[in-house]
Amino acid sequence: MGYALNFNLIWRHFDKLWGGLLLSLELAVISIAIGTVIGLVLAVWYVSAGRVVRAIIAAYVEFIRNVPLILLVYLVFYGVPTVVDLAYSAPTSFVLTLSVYSGAYLVEVFRSGLEAVPRGQLDAGKAIGLTPWQRLIHVRLPTMLRITLPALSNTFISLFKDTSIASVISVPELTFGAQWINFNTFRIVEVYLVTTAMYLVTGYILLFGLRLVERRFRAAR
Amino acid sequence: MSDATNASPALLDVRDVSKAFGAVEVLRSVSLQVKRGEVVTVIGPSGSGKTTLLRCVNFLESYDSGSIRIDGKEVGYREAGTRQRRSERDLAAMRAETGMVFQSFNLFPHLTAAGNIMLGLTKVRGKSQTEARQIAEHWLGRVGLAHKADSLPAELSGGQQQRVGIARAVAMEPKILLLDEITSALDPELVGEVLAVVRSLAEDGMTMLMVTHEMAFARDASSRIVFMADGGVSAVGPPKEILAAETSNERLRTFLARFRASHF
Ligand SMILES: Nc1ncnc2c1ncn2[C@@H]1O[C@H](COP(=O)(O)OP(=O)(O)OP(=O)(O)O)[C@@H](O)[C@H]1O
Ligand SMILES: [Mg+2]
Repeated sequence: MGYALNFNLIWRHFDKLWGGLLLSLELAVISIAIGTVIGLVLAVWYVSAGRVVRAIIAAYVEFIRNVPLILLVYLVFYGVPTVVDLAYSAPTSFVLTLSVYSGAYLVEVFRSGLEAVPRGQLDAGKAIGLTPWQRLIHVRLPTMLRITLPALSNTFISLFKDTSIASVISVPELTFGAQWINFNTFRIVEVYLVTTAMYLVTGYILLFGLRLVERRFRAAR
Repeated sequence: MSDATNASPALLDVRDVSKAFGAVEVLRSVSLQVKRGEVVTVIGPSGSGKTTLLRCVNFLESYDSGSIRIDGKEVGYREAGTRQRRSERDLAAMRAETGMVFQSFNLFPHLTAAGNIMLGLTKVRGKSQTEARQIAEHWLGRVGLAHKADSLPAELSGGQQQRVGIARAVAMEPKILLLDEITSALDPELVGEVLAVVRSLAEDGMTMLMVTHEMAFARDASSRIVFMADGGVSAVGPPKEILAAETSNERLRTFLARFRASHF
């Protein structure tokens, strides 16, 4: 119980945490953007495809969902370059991994959203003479988005937290910054208190922003 | 044989159409004609195939045999007697020629009343936003909703939503309007405002094929009534004849008797 909190060393190295947070956000934004494209394309493909394509997409989703992210990160960073002649930096490797990872989760979110669009709306789209592509763009996707936004926000926040795993391949994001400060100052309690607070606050800000978007969409024309 | 030489006087010509869902025969050799400007009402017990028939007319459902022609043109399949389905693009173009109003309204929830009407006008009819907006406002005025142009479906009552549904269908200037129990999902006090709109369209000469349980309305507004039972057309005739209590068609008599017992 003799431990006295002292945050001075933390503030001295705060740039490590701040820079780390910015990198965490960058990793998350890029990965989620790529993952969203993967998720959308595969989900749309899934709901209109035959059995074989469905099975392949389902296998991808199942594989990713049943392997811990940390293993995938190791696999892509250490494993892939030894097998094929590819070289990439740790951040690139992580973005690649998290994109494919988030893609699998987002396929599920989008697919269930697409399937939840009431048949009546699709019928109405057909009845006024929209082509399948027009029905997708003007009827199915907008309704799907409204249905999935809450689940989408939660997935995005969770993916943001997953960027902490990049620390295992020394990507200098927030968790890695925390580890660095811990090794160099031994202020373990202080550094993780501050880091936790930073994740929490950022997560809340993101969630708040996403909820605003949701509300706008619900009321939007 | 070209369409023109083969054209029948009927705008809608349904001939010997049969359809099964799996082992269940839902339509059995149904034939029926609707002339330009006619209002034909389909009545019949639940499960007799009324909805399925309407959905075949704009090919929301495919059918197994027979032919459905609008203005002499086969609806879902290519000509030449084969049962080759039209391309999706072709089907979309064909469907733009028929309007449909649904029991459950089926408005696009993310679009305003005007937006619902404008979607088909801009994307299918190729009209500009301005022109589409004018047409939408015109039709919203016709159904008494000029002041609701910018309301979302969720902000409208059932009766108002259904009137937007009608406006969305007629704004496309379809050759024929299909109405499937369009007042069944409405509170009784909202039925009148929707039927009034249908009546005014009929007075304008809009060709309609409708399914309804509103017998009084069917009697007043229809040129002819078709009674369906077990997937087939059991009786066709002018309202007075079909709705007469002393009809010789036993099934129809039973249907009407049951109907009167439950509705009056
Ligand atoms: N998609 C479907 N798959 C399987 N069976 C169906 C399908 N749609 C309709 N049916 C069956 O076809 C029959 C006719 O249905 P339909 O909806 O055309 O009847 P209806 O005359 O409109 O009845 P209601 O008055 O209840 O609306 C019913 O037995 C119904 O269960
Ligand atoms: Mg029905």
